[in-house]
Amino acid sequence: MYWSWEVAFDVLPQLAKGVVVTVQATIVASLLAYVLGLGIAILKMSKSKLLRIVLYWTTEFIRRTPILVQLYIVFYVLPDYGIFFEAFTCGVLVLGIHFSTYTAEVFRAGIDNVPKGQWEAAKSLNYNQYETWKNVILPQAIPPMIPPLANYLITMFKETPLLAAITVVELFRAADQYSNSHYKYLEPMTLVGVFFLIVSIPSAILAMKLEKRFKQRKI
Amino acid sequence: MPCIITGQIFFMKEVIAFYPILIDGTITTIILTVLSAILALAISFVVGLSRISKFKIVRVLAIIYLEFFRGSSALVQMFFIYFVLPMWGIYFDALTAGVIAIGCNLGAYGSEVVRGGVLAVGKEQHEASLALNYSPYKRYRHVIIPQAIPVMIPTFGNLLIELLKLTAVASLITISDLTFMAHIIRVQTALTLEPFLVILVIYFIIASILVKIVDIIAKKFSRGRNIMIAGEN
Repeated sequence: MYWSWEVAFDVLPQLAKGVVVTVQATIVASLLAYVLGLGIAILKMSKSKLLRIVLYWTTEFIRRTPILVQLYIVFYVLPDYGIFFEAFTCGVLVLGIHFSTYTAEVFRAGIDNVPKGQWEAAKSLNYNQYETWKNVILPQAIPPMIPPLANYLITMFKETPLLAAITVVELFRAADQYSNSHYKYLEPMTLVGVFFLIVSIPSAILAMKLEKRFKQRKI
Repeated sequence: MPCIITGQIFFMKEVIAFYPILIDGTITTIILTVLSAILALAISFVVGLSRISKFKIVRVLAIIYLEFFRGSSALVQMFFIYFVLPMWGIYFDALTAGVIAIGCNLGAYGSEVVRGGVLAVGKEQHEASLALNYSPYKRYRHVIIPQAIPVMIPTFGNLLIELLKLTAVASLITISDLTFMAHIIRVQTALTLEPFLVILVIYFIIASILVKIVDIIAKKFSRGRNIMIAGEN
């Protein structure tokens, strides 16, 4: 079995379409993960013990169970209850919710790292809850969070092939469809792997650089 | 669905009736987890320690390994091993392919943990073992690694949960694990929520047991360490 450039060029247009879906899924899912994660992190600091316990076990449940099964649940079960989403929407929702439990930890750590004096200062300025978060806490908490959040973006990008299991035609499924109809497995699958490497290695290096930069600023 | 609550209680029984294959699936998932965890752990140490080797070629090879397996997606690696390698005459059965893919993938992540743990050990420890005229092997075996392990355990615990979650993906290359069995039940009974809910709970229980085990190990190691430090002072 030898590499054939003919097959490689033949499959490229379909892969290109898949790439677009992969990128869209990554962007939408990561935005969802960031927004939800911040929400969860703030709610986890609530005064109500019951809310904290419920949130803790809900997020742990999501974190300790496979994304693939969660995808199946949303994709196969929701239609039974009359809720019809496109496969893409299901996939993005699950990815976003799953990783929001991870980003919530990043946000929580970032918020915890803001010195207590800042909270007291905000109080002494007679800021209300909203102003405290918006003007004092978040501007200080967010910069150190950027590198880990960037890392989760890369992780989410690498998890998108799972969406193929619920019929989203992203990069991986596009290659798989081609493979199954042409019985050519080597070229499509290799190209998918190469594409992931091309994107994730430079972005990993970028994330590392970000990390170094923000560390220096702290000192 | 007229009455969700009573409906589910009723249908749950139908899913439970499939308990033999659910147990089979659970066993397969556990076997897959244990075997790939062993492989991943071995790779973590080999690659992680290669990263701090004196020889540049070893370091470069380790980085290539790391970036390759961390950079391309786990599902792609699995399909590559199971569907593409046979075309070059390298055949694996599904379980072996799954173990290799999961082990190699998580091994890459684990190597960073090993490297971080070893680098976290103070420089004076290296110098002390040099002063004792330890060979490099003895230095790592008796001085560096025993001190690095407590640092590594919590992160390894997180990776173990990631590994367990990754085994579900192996159902896509026809390994009959829990997720695969849930599909069989779904097709046979036309139920959707119940089979997946049952396996979610099973996954959660397995993961929680793993978390507990890692906690106990971490406590054991850190306790030993405290005594050592107390003895030294």
